[in-house]
Amino acid sequence: MTTRTQATNISGYSFGFMDEFAKEEVRRRVLKAIAIPGYQVPYSSREMPMARGFGTGGLQLTLSLIGPDDTLKVIDQGSDDSVNAVNIRNFVARTCPGVTLTTHTQQATIIQTRHRIPEISLERGQIMVLQVPYPDPLVVVEASEAKRKIMHGEADYARLWVKLYEDIVSFAEVTISNRYPTRIAGHYVIDPSPIPRYDVPKLHQAKALFLFGAGREKKIYAVPPFTDAEPLSFEDIPFRVEDFRDEEGRRRNCARCGSDNSFLDEVVGEGGGKSYQCSDSDYCDCMAASEKQTHE
Amino acid sequence: MNKVLEVRDLTKIFGPGCDECLHATGLGHGTNACPICGSIVAANAVGFDLFEGETLGIMGESGSGKSTLVKMLYFDEQPSTGSATFFDDGTTHELFSLNAARQRWIRNHKLGMVYQNAHAGLNFRISAGGNIAERLLMCDQLDYSRIRQRARILLDRTEVFADRMDESPRNFSGGMQQRVQIARALAINPPLLFLDEVTTGLDLTVQAKILDLMLEIQQQHRISMIVVTHDLGVVRLLASRTIVMKFGQVVETGLTDQILEDPQHAYTQSLVASAL
Repeated sequence: MTTRTQATNISGYSFGFMDEFAKEEVRRRVLKAIAIPGYQVPYSSREMPMARGFGTGGLQLTLSLIGPDDTLKVIDQGSDDSVNAVNIRNFVARTCPGVTLTTHTQQATIIQTRHRIPEISLERGQIMVLQVPYPDPLVVVEASEAKRKIMHGEADYARLWVKLYEDIVSFAEVTISNRYPTRIAGHYVIDPSPIPRYDVPKLHQAKALFLFGAGREKKIYAVPPFTDAEPLSFEDIPFRVEDFRDEEGRRRNCARCGSDNSFLDEVVGEGGGKSYQCSDSDYCDCMAASEKQTHE
Repeated sequence: MNKVLEVRDLTKIFGPGCDECLHATGLGHGTNACPICGSIVAANAVGFDLFEGETLGIMGESGSGKSTLVKMLYFDEQPSTGSATFFDDGTTHELFSLNAARQRWIRNHKLGMVYQNAHAGLNFRISAGGNIAERLLMCDQLDYSRIRQRARILLDRTEVFADRMDESPRNFSGGMQQRVQIARALAINPPLLFLDEVTTGLDLTVQAKILDLMLEIQQQHRISMIVVTHDLGVVRLLASRTIVMKFGQVVETGLTDQILEDPQHAYTQSLVASAL
């Protein structure tokens, strides 16, 4: 951790762009968020040199936590090369001298992500930072924030279940594809950011720390390591993830690395034909490399 | 007979309130607006008991404070002063000393309410079945097929076509909406049910059907009920005992037959006379 008196770097900014007071505030909020798993802690959310909605919440978390000895990975929709990831990585490279940048999940100490959790399971000591557009899962059923706060406090989530009920009535299954409401440590229900349903079980009893930052909505919340995370479901209709089976019921493979146990993106080729590829580019690279090795 | 509810000195003042509010309003003064501070005294030291399986009528003209009274008991309104004790299976709950979460628990698990306006009691953005499901989900019943089954049984019993349970209540007639509300209120078999002007605004044949349904529920389930109405016919049919309210005060209480046949208080006399 850096100290408040630390010298500024050549560009005139502190290490990590934000001033030390701002970073200190974010760290305090993070500690509170970890102490109350799933509770949305308000924070000041400073102006960043990018528009709100482009991951400023996640970026403020990352910049407050990162030190020169950290290794950072940034992903956007599973890929290290998407525009949001590249821009954030470049920004950190310019404002955090000494920080190592990586694309490898296992090497990273901090992983900032938009919309995905890596396929390779995270380890103790790693921190996942998720960019959150809408922190409150109750916003779909209750417009007043004051009332939502009371509902969270009393764990009054019946109306979220009503939404699941209505979904099953209309479509014979729950149609929430991402931002699936998930109950943390038996009390607060969180919006786990727009990760696909596929990634939600990765929050449950994970070894890593998950931090969620909503810059526009000015909220920070956390799923600490080894904490229960249960997606809302009915007793007789269990939660289920995307299954990626084809018409004959076979699990689709990644066209590039051949993996049959990762989250797949549908890719439409020039001729209109569809193929499927891992959404996690680092995982796909690793699988493709080991595939190649076994062939040689 | 077991007591279910004991209400004492229940008072509700809308507005700033002053020391004179309770003394300067009421029947003797011909108003429920305090002449000094302008506050409205909606309920002035109201007290009554309710016993198991009993139906209590609360009668009075509009503005007499009868709706405010049940809204306080259902936690829709906070009382200014007074107490209400709820006796349930050997446990005693001081309703207005409980914290918000406990009040919500009591409301979800033990009380039912049917409002005059279906919009107050139902969510029109979800299906009729969803409205009933919500009530069950509030009581942590999380089995989808059992919820469906229960909703179907309730709608059958309240004579709403169960085939239409997945439609929005918006598509229903006023009488059907009211019956969905009753089905919702009954979903968890509450020991105590509040009915606030349930038949007002419905045509006579629909009124008769709703009242038949209420009678049936009364006889089958021994639910204790408080029926708020300005309609003497409803009170006569459903309530064994009745309270008459005017300007926030209780002017007369007694057996319903007695009150309707031999009213003692001048106001009750004029109320009964005006209905004939």
